[in-house]
Amino acid sequence: MYGYSGKILHIDLTTGKDWVESKPEEWYKTYIGGVSMASRLCWENIEVGCDPLSAGNPICIAGGLFAGTPVPVGGKYGMASKSPLTGFIGDSLSGSWLAVGLKRSGWDGIVVHGSSDKWVSIFIDDNKVSIRDASHLIGLGTSDTEEAIREEYGDDQLRVASIGPAGENLVRIANVSNDGRKAGRTGQGAVWGAKRLKAMAIRGTQGVAVHDPETLLKLSYDILQAAQGPHTQKYRVLGTSSNVLNMNKLGLLPTHNYQEGTFEDAELMSGEYLHEHYKAKTIACAQCPIACEQVGHVKEGPYAGAIGHIEYESLYALGSNCGLSDMAAAIKAIANCNELGLDTMSGGVTISWAFECYERGVFSKEDFSCEKYPEGFEANFGNGEAVVALTEMIAHQEGYMGKLLAQGTRRASQQVDEERGTESYKWAMNIKGLETPGYDARSLKTFALGLAVGTRGGCHNRSAAYDPDIKGEVDRFSVDETRGRLAKSTEEYAAVYDTLPLCKFIRRCFTGKADRAGAWPAIANLINATTGWDFDYDDVDMIGERAFTIKKAFNIREGWTRDDDHLPYRWQHDKMTLGPSAGHLVTDEELKYLKDIYYEAKGWTNDGLIPREKLISLGMDDVAEEIGV
Amino acid sequence: MPTSTSKYQYIACDPEKCVGCQICEYICSQTKTGEFNTFRSRIRTVRAHKVLITAVACRTCEDAPCVIACPRDALSQDPATGIIHIDANRCDGCAWCIEACDFGAISLNPATKLAEICNQCEDLEDGPQCVKWCPKEALELTTPDRRAQRARRSLAVEEVIGPR
Repeated sequence: MYGYSGKILHIDLTTGKDWVESKPEEWYKTYIGGVSMASRLCWENIEVGCDPLSAGNPICIAGGLFAGTPVPVGGKYGMASKSPLTGFIGDSLSGSWLAVGLKRSGWDGIVVHGSSDKWVSIFIDDNKVSIRDASHLIGLGTSDTEEAIREEYGDDQLRVASIGPAGENLVRIANVSNDGRKAGRTGQGAVWGAKRLKAMAIRGTQGVAVHDPETLLKLSYDILQAAQGPHTQKYRVLGTSSNVLNMNKLGLLPTHNYQEGTFEDAELMSGEYLHEHYKAKTIACAQCPIACEQVGHVKEGPYAGAIGHIEYESLYALGSNCGLSDMAAAIKAIANCNELGLDTMSGGVTISWAFECYERGVFSKEDFSCEKYPEGFEANFGNGEAVVALTEMIAHQEGYMGKLLAQGTRRASQQVDEERGTESYKWAMNIKGLETPGYDARSLKTFALGLAVGTRGGCHNRSAAYDPDIKGEVDRFSVDETRGRLAKSTEEYAAVYDTLPLCKFIRRCFTGKADRAGAWPAIANLINATTGWDFDYDDVDMIGERAFTIKKAFNIREGWTRDDDHLPYRWQHDKMTLGPSAGHLVTDEELKYLKDIYYEAKGWTNDGLIPREKLISLGMDDVAEEIGV
Repeated sequence: MPTSTSKYQYIACDPEKCVGCQICEYICSQTKTGEFNTFRSRIRTVRAHKVLITAVACRTCEDAPCVIACPRDALSQDPATGIIHIDANRCDGCAWCIEACDFGAISLNPATKLAEICNQCEDLEDGPQCVKWCPKEALELTTPDRRAQRARRSLAVEEVIGPR
């Protein structure tokens, strides 16, 4: 078998034992890698119904089919466990050298079971596994942890994933960091923290052999060349922050906790402005010829020295959504999140929820009391100092507010509403508990559906349903019978990329066209040259449907019902007053209709459950046994 | 930082352009060993700091210290090109050459434990494969003198016309 070793590594932190599981080729053809394989490993290894922060919830890491080969943007891995935010599948993806180290160490995936009674790090040295004491690393930020581990093992080439203080403190919006990249969403960092796993280091020294290196090199070279052309220009030049002004113009840029979709200081947050004033370096993920990551460096003022990644999703969350015009403060907040191991998106949206609570009188100044500010502080929109302070308070669960916000918006609003008889859930911006992304869906009706039915909650990466809305292929302000099919088609499209995994920014570099007809045959060629398989268009297409299905199956087994496919209260009841999205909502009737036609398009029941025959037709017979109807 | 005394060509990396993708390492290892393994690459990217990435390969020093250091005369330098050749029959993996190199440009093959170094793909018609594949044109085969000429020119532009 080329492209895979056929082996999954299991490590039990309760017993300290490790063992090897062999998987047949058919299993790999079904689940491939990335989020699909990671979710499947989670399906196989979790204690059904367990508390996400208990020993029964495994950390499941799945490599990339193309990791360690020259296939551009293939250096990614998937990580899944039951999310402490949503209680459903938490599948994260990260572009990172860890994926390459994993491939070269000879493992297709890693499952970490159990939990340790003291802090540990795992060291995977090719086929040898050791578990070491990590108590001396506790409290360290993510880059310092990586450095310390490399120093400890005496090798700069070690690939390290780690959690920061946020993960250690079981903050539900904590992430896992590796080489400055993150498995960012759904609170994976807290799952690591609950296992007392501070870090995982991998040294993989083995070469990666592929079925047909000559063909793979030629295909890769052509993609690499295309990736220097117009198809990736916006990513290469300004990075994702080039979206800021577009989103603002369309009335989609989350502002003041999604009260509005246009921000008066959007210009200051634009890729153009940040590039000129803060950009210090452009960085690539593993084996990526695009290099979208723009590193911002604050040179002067109170936040001098802060180095943070300038990316759209971090910017809307900690910038416009918190009302921030001071980009030095935003970069400092991003830098804090990166080092403390906090998801910038959930972090920003949770902070903006607290700001709105403060402005509406739910919270007083004293509620924000902490060691640095014993009297608390004014938590108004636009207060950069407050945003920066809150990132630290959340990560350390410091004070009343730190402890409260560490739970994310859903739990925090529930607690506050219970304690104070308020209705703060009305502006808690989450879906299934995961905070919403940087595109306001009140005027993106296809995307609203894609988000509502998303298996991991409010996430723009797992559904590309904003695409037909924003491109004007459909009327984004209204609903029609095509949207069910579109939501299915765009989520499965995204899932193909997330499963291989390949970064979606390469999608136009195969033939110039990003659609299935443009990309799937080229991707099939890459798969075949790597593995020696005989994949065609339909086989590639099926990767996405299977990926989405295993995640949905996981959720069903954990108790998902139709009501869990919801939207934030605000998107259904509060209208914006400014910009092109003003006056629009997704009504209850619309949402019900959209869900009906989506489940129908998926071939599911009207309750959103999956028929046995459907699962069997996807080659998932054992899943059909458990949850098929 | 040590500087090379070379008059010869070597593979230089412009840290302003390098993004750290390591594609050079993939291609080098494939070219030299037939498999993708950055541990076997003769060029190495270095993430020195959050905002500093570059790549290093053999600088073809004159009177190369690695050649002098080798106790078994396994290393020799081509007087025309400056390229270091390693005789695998003589090398016993003692690693003195590695310690002698100011640039960290020599590495040990983890399997055979023998020293390996960049030869600028002198046997290939289209030259160094890392240069050919570098997506950001950060790598080039150049000489210290050529780099100095460029530095003088950009300095002149900066002083007269202003910063880029």
